[in-house]
Amino acid sequence: MSDTTGSGPMLAADGRPLKESLGRALRRQKLRALALIAPLLLFVLLTFVIPIVSMLIRSVENEIVETTLPGTVPAMAAWDSSTGEIPPEDVFQNLFFDMFNASEAKEHTKLGTRLNYENTGLASMFRTSGRSIDDIGEVFQDAIEDIDERWEEGAFWFEVMNGAGGDALVAERRARWEDLTDDSMAGDLGFTPSQAIIDLLPNTAAAYTDFAIWTVIDDEDVVAEEDPWEAVYAALAVDLRDPSRTAAIAGYQGAGADALQALSAAELPGLTFTEAFAELDEDWGKVDVWQTIEVYSPTYTPGYFLNSVDRELTIDGVQARPENEQLYVKLFGRTLWMSLIITTSCIILGYPIAWLLANLPVRTANVLMILVLLPFWTSLLVRTSAWKVLLQQQGVINELLVWLGFVDDANRLILMNNSTGTIIAMTHILLPFMILPLYSVMKTIPPTYLRAAKSLGATNWTAFWRVYFPQSVPGIGAGSILVFILAIGYYITPEIVGGTDGVFISNRIAYHISRSLNWGLAAALGTILLVLVMALYWLYDRIVGIDNVKLG
Amino acid sequence: MADTQNDNSFVEFERVQKSYDGEVLVVKDLNLQMPKGEFLTMLGPSGSGKTTCLMMLAGFETATHGDIRLDGKSINDIPPHKRGIGMVFQNYALFPHMTIGENLSFPLEVRKMGKSEREEKVKRALDMVEMGAFGNRRPAQLSGGQQQRVALARALVFEPELVLMDEPLGALDKQLREKMQFEITHLAHNLGITTVYVTHDQTEALTMSDRVAVFDDGRIQQLAPPDELYEEPQNSFVAQFIGENNTLSGVVTKMEGDKCVVKLDSGEEIDAKPVNVSNVGDRTTVSIRPERVETNKERLSKDAHTLKAEVLEFIYMGDIFRTRLRVGDSDEFIVKTRNAPDQPRLRPGEMIEIGWLPEDCRALDA
Ligand SMILES: Nc1ncnc2c1ncn2[C@@H]1O[C@H](COP(=O)(O)OP(=O)(O)OP(=O)(O)O)[C@@H](O)[C@H]1O
Ligand SMILES: [Mg+2]
Repeated sequence: MSDTTGSGPMLAADGRPLKESLGRALRRQKLRALALIAPLLLFVLLTFVIPIVSMLIRSVENEIVETTLPGTVPAMAAWDSSTGEIPPEDVFQNLFFDMFNASEAKEHTKLGTRLNYENTGLASMFRTSGRSIDDIGEVFQDAIEDIDERWEEGAFWFEVMNGAGGDALVAERRARWEDLTDDSMAGDLGFTPSQAIIDLLPNTAAAYTDFAIWTVIDDEDVVAEEDPWEAVYAALAVDLRDPSRTAAIAGYQGAGADALQALSAAELPGLTFTEAFAELDEDWGKVDVWQTIEVYSPTYTPGYFLNSVDRELTIDGVQARPENEQLYVKLFGRTLWMSLIITTSCIILGYPIAWLLANLPVRTANVLMILVLLPFWTSLLVRTSAWKVLLQQQGVINELLVWLGFVDDANRLILMNNSTGTIIAMTHILLPFMILPLYSVMKTIPPTYLRAAKSLGATNWTAFWRVYFPQSVPGIGAGSILVFILAIGYYITPEIVGGTDGVFISNRIAYHISRSLNWGLAAALGTILLVLVMALYWLYDRIVGIDNVKLG
Repeated sequence: MADTQNDNSFVEFERVQKSYDGEVLVVKDLNLQMPKGEFLTMLGPSGSGKTTCLMMLAGFETATHGDIRLDGKSINDIPPHKRGIGMVFQNYALFPHMTIGENLSFPLEVRKMGKSEREEKVKRALDMVEMGAFGNRRPAQLSGGQQQRVALARALVFEPELVLMDEPLGALDKQLREKMQFEITHLAHNLGITTVYVTHDQTEALTMSDRVAVFDDGRIQQLAPPDELYEEPQNSFVAQFIGENNTLSGVVTKMEGDKCVVKLDSGEEIDAKPVNVSNVGDRTTVSIRPERVETNKERLSKDAHTLKAEVLEFIYMGDIFRTRLRVGDSDEFIVKTRNAPDQPRLRPGEMIEIGWLPEDCRALDA
């Protein structure tokens, strides 16, 4: 305090308060340091944080129902799923137009696949329905064209529909297409629905706009030269069948007014969409199908996570999956249990080796170190395959045991394609990750401690157990965390030698990523794995203390 | 019969040799006898084999040849933990994962001592080194000097008859070291423990020990009480190693009883006491302590030989004056004189005559 004048704050040489000057200097330092690590930070962010976050999002994301069935989902809000009745005609009508667009964009099978995870059979239902959705439209098309031949002409349609004031509708339909296909649908259409037609025939205008957007942007054709889709005819029929519009149509004056009025007066097919869908696939008439769609219609769903723990979301809440579909809880349990066994075997095998490494003369220790590191220089695949050669029933180990007479030729040991194989091979492969941290910790324990203990009267064993071992525990901790965390997420080795009994959760994740393409479930499983590892890490910190872990 | 003999040779090295690699003898023909209760220091330059000797005694190294006996019994085949020898290591080797109390209680636990007895002994040992309040701390929470005390207490707590200390004060600062030197000697004498102490600090060796063994090149060069070592070095290595020393080399020209005359290489003659020379014509290195050189001719006997010397440097050091002279071929001849009223303060360039009593100048091996 001798530097202060009076009671004011301490000042730096330039007269500014010392605290402020210090803060400024530190900030500059921090900024410079930040600039230095910025490339690394960016790299970590791009390659690590973003994929993990995207995985987390993917595990709950469920937009596909909403984007594929943008009309159906809101319409279903009015339907009470618990009554045991299928949804009303209105929902089926929306379903028709949604399905029609989806099948044009070939997106309907994706939704089928998604819903199939929750209710088996939906995939094929969506596939067949999408394939013959045109048939429904054709019923109306044929009827309309029979009544008035002008409706066969794309140009006539264009004349009727084109006008001004429908930009809002175009923007809305464009956004739907973009949601559905995940592609940009920007571009000049050469078409704007007229506001009068939109007011008069809302369904037709929407269907025709959908047709126009797809024709111009995706097929790169001219709207006026193309005949409209069947769905447009169906939409026209829907609009015309609506008795509330009859008066308005009669008073319409725009292009093709006479053709519309003629149609309005004629008899159109009475086919309901409910019947039409039942025709396509009878499953559309089942309540549980609709319940599944209803349950999985929100944008975000806990469904993947529930699936990961052998539960499912039904209309009655969360329930256990049927016995024969339960898989993941057991698999998580097995993964944890086997990782624990692998970690323990690594400790048992690695400890003496690390001890030798730390205590042998340098030259011998170096040779040994090379032996420890040698596996790192060989491809993981090669090492695992080598285990295959060793562990087979006709493999080296069995042959040797039979030859030595320990094992009967008829009862050769099954060492592979089960958990034994996975444990053996993974213990070998992860052993260096145990040995190296152990070694580096042991290297820092001076031999004088052992000598001191012995000079104080301890036998070799007591000296080791009371003095050396406790000091090597941080190494065991570090090695165990490494090995355990690596083991829990291991994939290749269990895949090759694990058979069905010896696979880990990661194998299942890989399966969902590359074969079943159920990325959401894979993401949920991965997220659970991540949380599990973090929980174990936290537990370890609570019990042992993470500052007790030394890597060197 | 054994008793009397054991009292004089509680610890005994007999013709001990040690080689680590089968090529070089690190310890060559070591012979040593220590009576019970003695404080013996092994002093020597780095690499002279002190630690090796200690380790052989403690049982962590085996002698390549020879016999080591403790209390009359050969201990060559007894494992370290059965020798009952207390040991203080250079870096103390306090177990970092145990508290001070646990460290001290460790040797008692392995001896299967009861809990109450253990606690009492630990307390007594800690009080002995004035560390009674620190029983619950970890070694890392103690200062260097405190760790040192704990290490000492741990080596003593199981009441060994022999304690080995390998440079236990090496890591401490000068002041603390001096304090600890005193405390260690005090403790050792009070408890009547036989102590083998290793250091390469000669002051430490001289102030603490009953006897000092000067090591060089795997051999004991001289084994003697401190005063004898300082005043009567047996060879030029010891003379050089212990304290400050002036050396001049020459040839013996006259021998008469415990006096001889040495003709220096520069041609002048001096008086000396023959120690390692026996014949006229032997080459020799004479050694004179700086404080035994006389600059006042009147204090020397009439027939004493004197040398001409040129003053090169005069350093005032408070209690003494330190003068550097050119004598014969040597520019490094040091004289120390007491700061007394009648003592002249020499100026560089001045020519003086110096001499000494014949018995202060020892003619040693060349
Ligand atoms: N474990 C060992 N293996 C091989 N040589 C060794 C070993 N320990 C010591 N030596 C050698 O033996 C010689 C004597 O070593 P020692 O440790 O006894 O010396 P010291 O007198 O204690 O030295 P310092 O004062 O530096 O501690 C040295 O040359 C050293 O290189
Ligand atoms: Mg040493």
